[in-house]
Amino acid sequence: MSAVGVLLTVPRRLRTGRRLSRSAYVAVVLLAALVVAATFCSQLAPYGVHSVVGDPYEPPSASHWLGLDDGGVDVLTLLLYGARISLLVGFASALVSAVIGGVVGITAGYFGGRVDACLMRITDVFLVIPDVPLMIVVAAIWGPSLLHIIVVIGVLMWTRTARVIRAQTLSLRERGFVQRVRQMGASHVRILCRHVLPNLAPLLVASTILTIATGVFAEAALSFLGLGDPTEVSWGSMIEDAFQRSAMSVGAWWAVLPPGICIALVVLLCSVVGRSVEDSLAGSDRTVYLGPRSFRIVRLPSRSAG
Amino acid sequence: MRILLRRLRSAVITLFVVVSFNFFLFRAAPGDAVSSFAVTPLSAQARANLRHEFQLDQPLWRQYLAYLDQLLHGNLGRSFQTAQPVSSILWRDLQNTVPMVLLGTVFAAVMGTLLGTMAAWRRGTFFDRSSVGGALALSALPSQWLGLVGILLFAGVLPTSGRVDDFVSSSGWAHIVDVTRHMILPSATIAVVLLGQYVLLSRAAVLDTLRQDFVLAARAEGNRDRYVLWRRAFPNALLPMTTVFALSMGQVVAGSILVETVFSWPGIGREVYDAVLGRDYPVLEGAFLVLTISVLVCNLCADLLYAKLDPRVSV
Repeated sequence: MSAVGVLLTVPRRLRTGRRLSRSAYVAVVLLAALVVAATFCSQLAPYGVHSVVGDPYEPPSASHWLGLDDGGVDVLTLLLYGARISLLVGFASALVSAVIGGVVGITAGYFGGRVDACLMRITDVFLVIPDVPLMIVVAAIWGPSLLHIIVVIGVLMWTRTARVIRAQTLSLRERGFVQRVRQMGASHVRILCRHVLPNLAPLLVASTILTIATGVFAEAALSFLGLGDPTEVSWGSMIEDAFQRSAMSVGAWWAVLPPGICIALVVLLCSVVGRSVEDSLAGSDRTVYLGPRSFRIVRLPSRSAG
Repeated sequence: MRILLRRLRSAVITLFVVVSFNFFLFRAAPGDAVSSFAVTPLSAQARANLRHEFQLDQPLWRQYLAYLDQLLHGNLGRSFQTAQPVSSILWRDLQNTVPMVLLGTVFAAVMGTLLGTMAAWRRGTFFDRSSVGGALALSALPSQWLGLVGILLFAGVLPTSGRVDDFVSSSGWAHIVDVTRHMILPSATIAVVLLGQYVLLSRAAVLDTLRQDFVLAARAEGNRDRYVLWRRAFPNALLPMTTVFALSMGQVVAGSILVETVFSWPGIGREVYDAVLGRDYPVLEGAFLVLTISVLVCNLCADLLYAKLDPRVSV
């Protein structure tokens, strides 16, 4: 069953959730547009990614909307090509961390006891280790390459997913329908695949979308320190180039601002979508809040506003 | 006391795991602690000393024990680039990093908590929505990029690189002013990056407190709104915020790599960057260890602080 299939079967079982907010739909559309733009960057880009089309740091003009970089390459073109690598790293590393976090979380939550204690101890250790320095250390030893970056980021970002999934699995395990199929003699594999996993899918998706943002962020950090693939353009490497080749002292804001704004946009969109999915799932345990100003009973939009 | 001991135990276990991980990770790096000294050719005697200290000619498990032993004596090896002891390099760096990071974090914590509290009090209003939106936007900005934007905006007004002005040797009061001026941009970058988090967290904490019975009781007593918010709700919401502060301190020291690189601030983050460029593994290894320890210490402080402030948590 494909991931989309799992997602579509869910609403029949878990109808407690509200619908997604309107801003989440807008964010999904924008995110999809970015992915499409990144996929077809070679068709969409106005110039070649290596072609020198003017003087170094030429300011924005009608033919070059975002100006040129230090080598005389069109910044808009670089931005489109950079989207490909940045989004690829973000999505791929989020997928890696979803698999690891999902397996750890489900195993810990479903089997409990010693397994749970052991896995959670490991998760705690990973949670404490400062992740950016660790990524830097591993990437520095392993050498710069796209695959290495994806693996390094993915392997270090799964802790949040694991905790969320574990908590949800713990509560699912005690629900009536899981208890019933267990008493009917279903095997662990069957219970997990047919009954637990489909109910976890939306949460896993939400958590993965939130992780994409972290992945894009981490890629930018690693590329900035020169640990990305030196042959590929990404938003992180664009910021690095601007920094290394003194775009600031020339005052070439057009080489600095666009990649950072793109990263921030992706991070924002991902967090809007992810939180909205999470909130719509948490709909059942909404708390009532006594507003101190007006003494009316107000419904809280979400339990964790942070 | 039991909780404290348990925390301490888990911190020690984590530290042990990290130290072991560190050891084996860096054995995977090419070369060993003596092979690749770049700048200064090390004398044969010094090489032999290092080899003996870390027992590099022994099997791996003996090396591991020697590593632990040297670590307990504060010996982290010598830098490939300068041949100085790593521990003294890192100690010097840490003294530069901590004040800069502390300034930024304190500023972000104070401003963020105040903004978040007001947003929570006026929840649902334009002020609330715009400060939450602004906070989300701020926390989405990459810090290295924000630093570059700061340089673009303030180049010429404020110094953008280094810790002191290299061409003017100053002492006493002038020196302090010079360092402070250099500190403004990196600290401000850290503050802006952190501000969003503090706004969101303090808003959530205050909202949670406003829901409590004692706030309702305070209102029922006929107190003014301002009194209820700042004297009853706010101090209680501050409790979780102190923990957040201590926790984030550790993460910020670790996350200062990007900001220090942008501003050439001679701290531990900049040292990591230089070590990455020069493939200076002993420094990288030591810096990673120091960063992890600083996170662990801050976590421990957070637990202690919380227990001290909140008598409901018995230590």
